[in-house]
Amino acid sequence: MNFLEQYNYWIVIILMMSGFYIVIAHGNLIKKMIGLTVFQTSVFILYISMSKVTAGTAPILNEAYKVYSNPLPHVLILTAIVVGIATTALGLALVVRIKEAYGSVEEDLIQEKDLQQEGSE
Amino acid sequence: MIEQSVLMQLIIILPLLAIPGIIIFGKWPNLREAVTLIAGGLLLIAVIVFYQNFDAGQAAYIHWIELLPGLDIAFKAEPLGVLFSMVAGSLWLVTSVYAIGYMRGHGEVNQTRFYACFAVAISAVMGLAFADNLFTLFIFYEVLTLSTYPLVTHAGTEKAKQGGRTYLSILLATSIGFLLLAIVGTWWQTGTLTFTQGGVFDDSTSKVATSVLLVLFIFGIGKAAIMPFHRWLPAAMVAPTPVSALLHAVAVVKAGVFTVLKVCVYIFGIDLLRDIPATQWLLYLAAASVLLASLVAMRQDNLKKRLAYSTVSQLGYITIGALLASQAGILGGALHIVAHAFGKITLFFCAGAIMVAAHKTEISDMRGLGKAMPITMIAFFIGSLSIIGLPPAAGVWSKWYLLMGTLDTHQWIVMSVLMVSSLLNIAYLLPIPLRAFFPGAGPQGADFRENAKVIRIERAQIKEAPWPSLVALSITAIMTMVLFFWPHVFYELAASLAGLSGGING
Amino acid sequence: MIEHLPILQVIIPLLAAPICLILREARLVRWFTFIASALAFVNSILLLQQVQTQGTISYSLGGWDAPIGIEYRIDLLNAYLLILVTSISTLALLAAGPSLRKELSERKETYFYVAYLLCLTGLLGILATGDAFNVFVFLEISSLASYTMIAMGRDRRALWASYQYLIMGTIGATFILIGIGLMYMMTGTLNMYDLAERLPEVQQTKTVFTAFAFFVVGVCLKLALFPLHLWLPNAYAYAPSIATVFLAATATKVAIYVLLRFIFSVYGFEFSFSHLPLQEILVALGLMGVFAASIVAIYQDNVKRLFAYSSVAQIGYMILGLGVGSKTGLTATLLHLFNHALMKGAIFLALAGLIYRVGSVNLKAFSGLGKQMPWTMAAIVVGGLSLIGVPLTVGFVSKWYLVLALLESNWWPIAVLVLIGSLLAVIYVWRIVEVAYFRKAMQDSAPYKEAPLMILIPTWILVLANIYFGIDTGFTVGLSEQIAASLFEVAK
Repeated sequence: MNFLEQYNYWIVIILMMSGFYIVIAHGNLIKKMIGLTVFQTSVFILYISMSKVTAGTAPILNEAYKVYSNPLPHVLILTAIVVGIATTALGLALVVRIKEAYGSVEEDLIQEKDLQQEGSE
Repeated sequence: MIEQSVLMQLIIILPLLAIPGIIIFGKWPNLREAVTLIAGGLLLIAVIVFYQNFDAGQAAYIHWIELLPGLDIAFKAEPLGVLFSMVAGSLWLVTSVYAIGYMRGHGEVNQTRFYACFAVAISAVMGLAFADNLFTLFIFYEVLTLSTYPLVTHAGTEKAKQGGRTYLSILLATSIGFLLLAIVGTWWQTGTLTFTQGGVFDDSTSKVATSVLLVLFIFGIGKAAIMPFHRWLPAAMVAPTPVSALLHAVAVVKAGVFTVLKVCVYIFGIDLLRDIPATQWLLYLAAASVLLASLVAMRQDNLKKRLAYSTVSQLGYITIGALLASQAGILGGALHIVAHAFGKITLFFCAGAIMVAAHKTEISDMRGLGKAMPITMIAFFIGSLSIIGLPPAAGVWSKWYLLMGTLDTHQWIVMSVLMVSSLLNIAYLLPIPLRAFFPGAGPQGADFRENAKVIRIERAQIKEAPWPSLVALSITAIMTMVLFFWPHVFYELAASLAGLSGGING
Repeated sequence: MIEHLPILQVIIPLLAAPICLILREARLVRWFTFIASALAFVNSILLLQQVQTQGTISYSLGGWDAPIGIEYRIDLLNAYLLILVTSISTLALLAAGPSLRKELSERKETYFYVAYLLCLTGLLGILATGDAFNVFVFLEISSLASYTMIAMGRDRRALWASYQYLIMGTIGATFILIGIGLMYMMTGTLNMYDLAERLPEVQQTKTVFTAFAFFVVGVCLKLALFPLHLWLPNAYAYAPSIATVFLAATATKVAIYVLLRFIFSVYGFEFSFSHLPLQEILVALGLMGVFAASIVAIYQDNVKRLFAYSSVAQIGYMILGLGVGSKTGLTATLLHLFNHALMKGAIFLALAGLIYRVGSVNLKAFSGLGKQMPWTMAAIVVGGLSLIGVPLTVGFVSKWYLVLALLESNWWPIAVLVLIGSLLAVIYVWRIVEVAYFRKAMQDSAPYKEAPLMILIPTWILVLANIYFGIDTGFTVGLSEQIAASLFEVAK
């Protein structure tokens, strides 16, 4: 249970919490997206770092090597990265349209405008 | 002739069959009313024929569909159901006649919707009367609540909406909150919901559980208007009087006490009832309900409100009859369903007639009305006699057996409540027809002679009620007396029920 | 053809989506989408028949056998839900034509159908697959497509609702990803049935507990369990009506399916319910959801949002049934999955018709509609009665089983609370009834015509289904009991 040996998990945790904090704490929509991206990235690192086997090489068959790192998580993460990109792209597209419609990308200003609109309805 | 089981289904479906006719002929009032009257007449014939061929040993049974595993929609004829079906079946025709006079005299709108919803409600009552198990009964019970809502809120005014809200919320709250829970509880404990002679519970269910279930049932049957869940009755008086008359003197409230009787006799069984501790408390509650409602009735000046509270009180009688857990009690309760139905409907008919012909709703305005509306007020007098329990009206017999029931079971408190309440009935009912005929002593002072003159001029302009209404209320008043002299039909059915219930003889 | 039914279920809508882009013209695309959805529906019926005769179907993608390859595994539970999702999808598409023409601009209509088909693909994929990571991928496909659909709503608040849903949905999906990752770490496999075999050895490790926790929280966010439901009301309220119909009836149900599948088929009932206090949490949150959401619904003026909160409450019931942890409870949940889809589908379709004519879903706009749009209002009333749980409607059937399950487990105080929750439903449904039938129509507007036939017909098909399945419960109850029994058996 050496803390230093599991540094990858610590990085994952720090990134995850930072990303999560950014999403919750910031009102700027773009910053939220950034936080979300950081959050997702932490999970990618979790997968990738877990696939590394000590003293393992790249998964290319060769008689000289017996131990290989696990390629499956890498593949999974490629998929997840693509999903993440799509999400980010969609999110940013929404932010652009929100800016057009509301004139701002700050959460509190947007909510204020919504309240005004609901009040007058 | 038609087989009993087919006839039973026909009785349930007949009112529904009238609905397309009512809707199609909506634009031609006479044709539309003819549809209702023909259906009402056919229903009357059907229930009478059914009764004549009814044999408790070989009761008709029909199974429609198994809704959930083990839970069917099924119908079975038994004495109380036949009794109830005859009461409701005969009174639908009479009320339709009355309604024609009232609705036209009052110039009501949306009459098509009125007659159509009426038909649905009567169909629900028939389904309820013949229900073979609690599940079927619950379904028709809810259908009855929902189909009477448009009738209660017929006027469409703010007041009607408020009244409808009270009506619906109390009835649905009790039925979903208590009754459904009681039914599921019974199902869980015993695995059956069928009405069985002697009850469905056996020793495996604890006394506590059956007590709780009894309480849930009694409170859950909101239509029986046990206090404190009685508020919907006076609130529903915003409805047009034909609605109040049939539904709240006959169909809806009687569905409630009918359910109470059925649950007590066929789900719990009289012997079990006597063993459960909760029965005594509920009996006192019913007695309190009887007394309190009578007292409140005395303070009401609005005639319909007074009659509403009177109904609450009278329903308490029937609940008492059920909870006394004796044969006499059951007999009295069942007979009171009949006696009160005919008596109360007469009273409501008169109230409506007074409203249409004289535009009066408050009792204090009804002095001296007897000169202008003699037939109405005489009918009112006869109806009152039935409620009070004096000859020559039918209420005598039911009161007699209820008192017998209290004697058998040594329930002295309940007996005194019954007797005191009879006195109260006199106090709040008799003055109305008496003052109508003998205005006599009234407020003193100079205003009085002015008022008297105004009243006399007014009275001269008032004519009797519209003739269909007059015919209707006369029929029910006469029936009330007829049932005093020849109660056999209903007595036999009630006695049959009491016999089936077991318990101590009385 | 028959052997490939499982994969066809997912491929048909998947391929249909880009073809819509090629077809371009809105009218053509509309019919094409409808045909694709109808084919998927037929496919699902064939699958159910196959499963009922042959038992669980196992299909290896590309010929690669499990556990190395991705496996599609159809048993009674998925087949049941596949039919539900595809049938609602097809009915919604019937009404889509007129509704979308009013609510979207012409050029956006095609893209809406593309997004709709992709969402359908995602949902069907989640249901059909037997691989855990595949669940994540399809979940994200359906979520992204639904964010897009919601954002196409007329009101600018749709954009904001979609954004919020995106943030929360992605966090949820990422939690699920973490859960799957940790599971993979401990067992080395992603195939759900392989996981089920390998998990028992490593069950007591903290990693597996954590994996389970992350996974459940992520799924609960997707299924809008209180208090993770905050995205739902706005998303349903401001989305185009057809999107609401589709999402309200299907998306959360599929998320509940994922929860059921992992609790019963992967982790096993004993682990899920005994080592962690999942039962108490589910029951408590379910109940709180019922009350909190119902009470908020009573005060809503936007009728779509009112019914969205009602959906949160109904989901609370489903989770409650799950939390009871008995066969009857699970039967109640499965029944309510189906029945709620029918109820909400009917109500939101009726609302679609209403928006088409009236243009607004504010409660004030409902004044006097009882007379002007009788069929639409009648549909809402019947749907409302079903929500309340009046006998002869589907709502009663699920409620009966739920109360029975609670009594059987001796939790009668909760049974009382469930029934009180139904009474809350009476209040918010009756608010609408009173305004529609008791208030005079607003004077300045010309009387509204009844909703167009293309919207009315699917609405009434669902309304009649509400009543039909409330009376003839053989199909739903029979299947639900069978599924519940089989899920509990596997759990042994």
